[in-house]
Amino acid sequence: MARRIHQPTNTIAKTPTGIAGLDEITEGGLPKGRSTLICGTPGVGKTLFGLEFILRGAMDFKEPGVIISFEERPEDLETNMASLGFDLKKLQKSGAIVIDHVHVERSEYEETGEYDLEGLFIRLNHAIDTIGATRVMLDTIENLFAGLTNEGILRAELRRLFGWLKSKGVTTVITAEKGEGTLTRQGLEEYVSDCVILLDHRVINQLSTRRLRVIKYRGSIHGTNEYPFLIDEDGISVLPITSLQLNNEVSSQRVSSGVQALDVMLGKKGFFRGSSILVSGTAGTGKTSLAATFANASCKRRERCLYFAFEESPQQIIRNMRSIGMDLQAHVDAGLLQFHASRPTLYGLEMHLVSIHKKIKTFKPKTVILDPITNLITAGLLSEVKSILVRLIDFLQAEGITVLFTALNLNNMFNEQTDEGVSSLVDAWITIRDIEIDGERNRGLYIIKSRGMKHSNQIRELVITDEGVNLEDVYLGPDGILTGSARIAHQLAEQSIKRTNKATNGKNK
Amino acid sequence: MGDNYVLRLIVAGASPNSTRAIANIKEICEAHLKDRYTLEIIDIYQQTALAKEQAIVALPLLVKRAPLPERKLIGDLSQTAKVLKILGLTG
Repeated sequence: MARRIHQPTNTIAKTPTGIAGLDEITEGGLPKGRSTLICGTPGVGKTLFGLEFILRGAMDFKEPGVIISFEERPEDLETNMASLGFDLKKLQKSGAIVIDHVHVERSEYEETGEYDLEGLFIRLNHAIDTIGATRVMLDTIENLFAGLTNEGILRAELRRLFGWLKSKGVTTVITAEKGEGTLTRQGLEEYVSDCVILLDHRVINQLSTRRLRVIKYRGSIHGTNEYPFLIDEDGISVLPITSLQLNNEVSSQRVSSGVQALDVMLGKKGFFRGSSILVSGTAGTGKTSLAATFANASCKRRERCLYFAFEESPQQIIRNMRSIGMDLQAHVDAGLLQFHASRPTLYGLEMHLVSIHKKIKTFKPKTVILDPITNLITAGLLSEVKSILVRLIDFLQAEGITVLFTALNLNNMFNEQTDEGVSSLVDAWITIRDIEIDGERNRGLYIIKSRGMKHSNQIRELVITDEGVNLEDVYLGPDGILTGSARIAHQLAEQSIKRTNKATNGKNK
Repeated sequence: MGDNYVLRLIVAGASPNSTRAIANIKEICEAHLKDRYTLEIIDIYQQTALAKEQAIVALPLLVKRAPLPERKLIGDLSQTAKVLKILGLTG
């Protein structure tokens, strides 16, 4: 698996989990030969987390693993994991994993004095030795407390178990349910103290987001933030939110915006590759058309483009763009253009970010379009949207991907904030305003900023024709700024003057 | 004369719990089941595969296989009154 794993030599040895993103946060994985506690509320994905550690280990790293399930029966695990594309049966047959279901039914047993959990040790030892396992998962060992009553014995035995696992040299993942005010119901964190990861499931504004936090990691530095994670058909993906380090490599290569006149405005060459571009404007000013033109230009350069639509469906965009002479379908068919349409309220902002990340990682585009980012506000607060965009821009810049956002401005102060929030982050900011003169509404485009290049400070008129988007010079005459039909009239008048002049000149010769 | 008892005691080696359990069950059997019991003692270390088969977690484990119903007792069997009650040897 090709993954950027930065592993300093002076820290403890680590076992990669293979879970997307987690190895970056933990700088290499879980502590090798030690125990890691995964705790969290019900339904947060603890079991899946542990299982993925074992299964990825068995499949990607050739490290056999033992799963001791105190909760679900092997058949149930098989069915559950099949939905994520893991074939547990096959892995068991090939000796890559062993699953043992340990269950103690309280009603079946009578306690008549001192006992120990030697039976569990023997089973575990047997399982580890049969396949030479280096990874072990104990799924909700706290269930033993429901089956056996002597807490004193259990605690002593658990302590012995974790010590034994360590001496055995296996990397262990232990899952446990979060208790009231404590990390786990039975205080397992007392015994397992090398690494503790907390999973959390929160619902804010009716939108749920799963988050992960490394609470503790002995002998290693680790990310301390809360990282959102996503469970989908490929398992778990954690999104490492790197702080803005501002040391990304920059490119001085230029990419065309797809509109020649706009490129001219941008120092005659267009945007910088890997830069972030914001196109803002009021409703119906052609933001999406401009974005689609940029996407089209990218595809024409044979560079992949990923288009995230939060407002319109891909079919709608393709149809609409066809009306202005752009055949996006051809690019989709050629595999150069990919659309991802989702409602902003589908899930929380963090999840949007995770899913955007993931799609970018798989499709590896050169250009990314987000249309429009304003809609994301319905999924979160303004400040959150900003922080998401900061992280997204950071990520895209690190990958050298050019990104174009569109943002809707209402004609009031409310949404200006989005601009302000993002404008300091983006490299180029183009805005389109309505110019209302003589009973006409025309679109005026100007560049507010474009870092690192000479750019035009003039307002141009954005015209959308059957052949696509174009810019016309705005006429500055004695009557002021002329747009729309006034401009055309002026142009015609000028042309006729020229013609008359020519004719007169000819006569004079 | 009562029923013939078939008992199986599973222990883990010669641990203190194992030794105590063996001593306790022998004493109980001699006192209450003289000449009408079979006691099989298994050391789990000699048959590790049995642990998974029998779903064994806690040890020592005493299984009363006959007379029915089957009963399972864990621990060193030091709570004599409780053991006798479960085995049906009181009153």
